[in-house]
Amino acid sequence: MIKSIVDFFGNEAYATRRRRLFYLVLILIVLADFLVFREHAEYLWDRVPGWSAVYGFLSCVLLIFVSKFLGHQGGLMRREDYYD
Amino acid sequence: MTDFVHPALLFILGALPIAFLNGSIRKAYLVLVPTLAIIAVLTLQPGNYGAAQVIGQEILIAKVDRLSIVFATVFTIMALIGMVYALHLTRAGQHVAAFVYVGSALGVVFAGDYLTLYLFWEGMAFASAYLVFAQGGGQAIRAAFRYLMVHITGGVVLLGGIILHAVATHSLLFGPIEGGMGAGAYLILAGFLLNAAVPPLNAWLTDAYPEATVTGAVFMSAFTTKTAVYVLARAFPGTELLVWLGTAMALYGVIYAVLENDCRRLLAYHIVSQVGYMVAGIGIGTEMAVNGATSHAFAHILYKALLFMGAGAVIYVTGRRKLTELGGLYKAMPLTVALYMVGALAISAFPFFSGFVTKSMVVAAAGQDHRALVVLALTMASSGTFLHTGLKLPYYMFFGTDRGLAAREPPRNMLVAMAMAAVLCIAIGVFPQQLYALLPYPVDFEPYTGVHVTESLGVLMFTALGFVLFLRALDPENTISIDTDWFYRKGARYFMWLAEKPLARYEKAVSDVSETAALPLLHGAARAGLRVDLDGVDAVVNGVARSILRGGGALRRLQTGVVTHYALAMIAGVIAATAVFAVVWQ
Repeated sequence: MIKSIVDFFGNEAYATRRRRLFYLVLILIVLADFLVFREHAEYLWDRVPGWSAVYGFLSCVLLIFVSKFLGHQGGLMRREDYYD
Repeated sequence: MTDFVHPALLFILGALPIAFLNGSIRKAYLVLVPTLAIIAVLTLQPGNYGAAQVIGQEILIAKVDRLSIVFATVFTIMALIGMVYALHLTRAGQHVAAFVYVGSALGVVFAGDYLTLYLFWEGMAFASAYLVFAQGGGQAIRAAFRYLMVHITGGVVLLGGIILHAVATHSLLFGPIEGGMGAGAYLILAGFLLNAAVPPLNAWLTDAYPEATVTGAVFMSAFTTKTAVYVLARAFPGTELLVWLGTAMALYGVIYAVLENDCRRLLAYHIVSQVGYMVAGIGIGTEMAVNGATSHAFAHILYKALLFMGAGAVIYVTGRRKLTELGGLYKAMPLTVALYMVGALAISAFPFFSGFVTKSMVVAAAGQDHRALVVLALTMASSGTFLHTGLKLPYYMFFGTDRGLAAREPPRNMLVAMAMAAVLCIAIGVFPQQLYALLPYPVDFEPYTGVHVTESLGVLMFTALGFVLFLRALDPENTISIDTDWFYRKGARYFMWLAEKPLARYEKAVSDVSETAALPLLHGAARAGLRVDLDGVDAVVNGVARSILRGGGALRRLQTGVVTHYALAMIAGVIAATAVFAVVWQ
């Protein structure tokens, strides 16, 4: 069973099904975020349904591009023999 | 005293017979000792043990309370898992080092005074360094020497702090630093922060851990930083500085992880990031925050070890460690993939995995303490955590481009150890109350609320969307990243260059002046003068420069000599102190 699950995530044959499942999950999560009961909202963003989805996506994009910018333009990434 | 068996003693004295045992007897022994230690910790009664007087100072070998029991519990469980993972090793050296390492970590956790703490602290540094040395090869040995150098420096800072603190407060007893922060307290804090790998004192970790042996790195990922978290929680709860250091650290590790190509170095940067949550929690200092930091350390040790075991299995099987050289292994090692993913989901804090019930406690504590910025930064860091350990690393290591590597599942003992950690990661996530009951303060926190589940899933799955959309931007590159180890790896060389360069310029200036002044004045004597200049002055200047360079070289040699002697003196000191300690114990 484990092998078939892992295969589902790796095998190209399932690529379309994988993508559909993924988008379905994304939609369900946002829907659930609208339906869920918000007991006490401490911060402004706690009251906005779907906030976490937006924040998660923006964090991810920000981290990728800021880090790569620091790596390439900021000079953090060097050739492997840099210390030799 | 008869009702108290110090778990550290089980490991440290228990390390001796390993060298004389062989085959399956040794394997049984290696599993037996950690099992006994788990039982010893579970039966511990809170209280003070081994109080004594040494050179007029009060010494307390073991102070057992709720905080130390939590850490000791997870340390002994981890020792068992790590030992199972390392059972296939034929040579005893690494087992002995691992035992001494675990024992020293336990010694720190139970230390009731600074002197005991310091002795075990140094024991940890030396025993763990062996796990890097054991890898062999120039790269690992150089990294191990750097690791030792940094930890010895940190140890000296800690010792200085302890002495100043003891002089100021007339007590060596280890507890919350009360009153104002004196110079001694700051030095102690610096020594602790170094072991917690708080930037800029983090580079030793990401430098050395990926160079350690496959099995050694698993132990290292668990003990050094988490004992530092323990001592910070004991001595510096509520220190405002720690909130900001911890938050910055959580993001720092994540940013570097984007750039990383070495699989275990990527995971090492995530230790930095995850310890950031714990340091921030301790800095916030409320009961809930300290509970959060403690429980997160508990969960972290297990899932991080699982991740290191997964990456280690790949290195063990393929002999490769760079993401640019790995890929397509999922067909050959599905079990390793599945077990690794349990760790990845746990560190990413997916519902029903351990990170979910512990990390959220730290974030919620920050929220309760009205620290909006900390909440946002830590949430962003957890997005990055999933991005790297849950998506990037498994994608490029197990899926991605098939490099056609000949791979198979690792030896059974490695899989069993990974399965043990995986079961615990899920068990903690599903039954958090068991862990909460162990924590130092009563827990009034429910992780499984509707909002919390949908919010976490929202952050995580939309991070995955970002990953899918910008996959190409994340392709690993064949590079290394400059971290603060630059200062002692490259900076020292630039210093030498600076010392040499002005000398060369001075030499050139001298010859320039002599050329322009001599030529117009004496046509006939010009050539002679020039010859004198070139042969004489230059030779002298060159000679001086050369001898200074040589002197510099000699000085450099002398310096490393001193460091080695220093290390030797430290070892001798530790042995002598241990001897004294052993006598006092009786």
